[in-house]
Amino acid sequence: MAVITENTLIKTKTIGKRIFVYLVLIPTCIFMMLPFFWMLITSLKPMAEVFNVPMIIFSRNMGLFNYRYVIDKGVWIRLWNTFLISFSATTLRLFFCSLAGYGFAKYRFPGREFLFLVLIASMIVPFAVIIVPLYIMMVNFHWVDTILPLVIPGAASAFGIFFMRQYIRCIPDELLDAARIDGCSEFGIYGRVILPIITPGLITLGLIFFMQVWNDFLWPLVILKSPENQTLPVMIATLTGQAGTNMYTYQMAVSVISITPLIIIFLIFQRRFTAGITFGAVKG
Amino acid sequence: MFISPFYILFAIFSVYPIIFSIYLSFTKWKGMGPKVFVGLENYRRLFGDPIFWQSIRNGVIIFFLYVPIMTLLALVLAVILNAKFVRFFRIFRTMLVAPYVTTMIAVGYVFSIMMNARYGLFNMVLSSIGIPPVPWLDNVWWARVSISLLVMWAWLGYNMVIMLAGLQTIPKDLVEAATIDGANSVQALFHITVPLMRPIILFCVILSTIGSFGLFNEVYTLTSAGGLGGPMYATITPLVYIYRQAFRNYNFSYASTVSYIYFVIIFALTLLELRYFGREE
Repeated sequence: MAVITENTLIKTKTIGKRIFVYLVLIPTCIFMMLPFFWMLITSLKPMAEVFNVPMIIFSRNMGLFNYRYVIDKGVWIRLWNTFLISFSATTLRLFFCSLAGYGFAKYRFPGREFLFLVLIASMIVPFAVIIVPLYIMMVNFHWVDTILPLVIPGAASAFGIFFMRQYIRCIPDELLDAARIDGCSEFGIYGRVILPIITPGLITLGLIFFMQVWNDFLWPLVILKSPENQTLPVMIATLTGQAGTNMYTYQMAVSVISITPLIIIFLIFQRRFTAGITFGAVKG
Repeated sequence: MFISPFYILFAIFSVYPIIFSIYLSFTKWKGMGPKVFVGLENYRRLFGDPIFWQSIRNGVIIFFLYVPIMTLLALVLAVILNAKFVRFFRIFRTMLVAPYVTTMIAVGYVFSIMMNARYGLFNMVLSSIGIPPVPWLDNVWWARVSISLLVMWAWLGYNMVIMLAGLQTIPKDLVEAATIDGANSVQALFHITVPLMRPIILFCVILSTIGSFGLFNEVYTLTSAGGLGGPMYATITPLVYIYRQAFRNYNFSYASTVSYIYFVIIFALTLLELRYFGREE
């Protein structure tokens, strides 16, 4: 008898727990998904139905006209710009970070500890501190309104080097020595031994870089002056009407175009993204 | 040498700007013409600049508006998803983390549509259950709440993933032992899990501190009507102020001064947090 009541007690307890769990989980997830849903339906609505009493969620007037408008306004060239900048910035960053990470992990040289400390310290310097001087430098280099400022300065990513160093440290030295004995040059070791081993790490880091550059707003806003050089986030922010009012339906159409590639990449490589997020926390 | 290419870039694009920015902060320069050395003039101006101090205060206020709630919610969600019995675990995690990869500028504008005072979704839903409309973006305090909501939306999943990783390093039998000794789930959470998670929570809080002073996209999309950072400078953050000074007023030297003091404050806050929360390690 006693046993039965205890069991039922535990059962009701876990049922209560489950109810609580879903009470937290489901509203939070609805809140997370709501902006995506609203973005999509707004992008399909005519402007007049965005702000309407009573509210219109679905209507017969929905269509792809906003997309047609932004295509006329050159959304594809912006998509290409965004892709080109993200891709080249990511590639360059990965190259520099893996090279420097390899140097830090596997070579002893005078001042290594000090240089590494400088690197770590630089991670806490916010971008805000250097945006003004960096912008002035770009003006002096005549790099304003080109993609160079978006690709080159960021290539020295402290986080990326830290990431690669931790990754490459786990490779046994014997492997490198074996390659040396076989007559491999130092750069040959990097290219033929290190790179193949660290490919998973490069993918993780690359995805994070790609996403960051793709979504970056402030720096491209400052650098890219002419409309045809803009990236998608800058285009979203500068799509304004005659009186400076936001043209929400067009903005939402560009927004959908901007987030879709990232969401697809995220759904495919979800594990890599979570690995990248947790990397810093567990080490730090 | 393998690291030299990196250090050349690093010196040109990080170290040199930092030094150049100190130099600029001692001059008067509007982007053109010669730079006039003015000594501490900019710093004197800064310390008497109410908008600058307002921006620091806003950073602190916004921090307190979202960090405690977000951190707790992230922890609770992580504990929930860490428990094995949740169905569709992966789907829930995907939905929670998806905002992390989403273009902030895009979502910012969606929020501003939903937060429209007269026709927005939020107020429509509120009025349907009998709650009077909320001036989401037009009132000093509500504007800060709105910014905080957007920040929470974007970073909750990120924090949760970090916490989830932290939870997996905690031995399971500790919590189990506490439960057998009669602790309920809430007690186990606060007496076992939280203390063990201290370093992870600290890491999240430090990231959020730096984040709340460096908000820009959120402010740009939500509260830029009638001057970036409104209403009444209620949502101006240090980074927004730097942007306004440098790229709207072309006051490059003063912007550098702001960014310098801003950096010192961030640095001090981070050290303070490390000291205060990290001392028991």
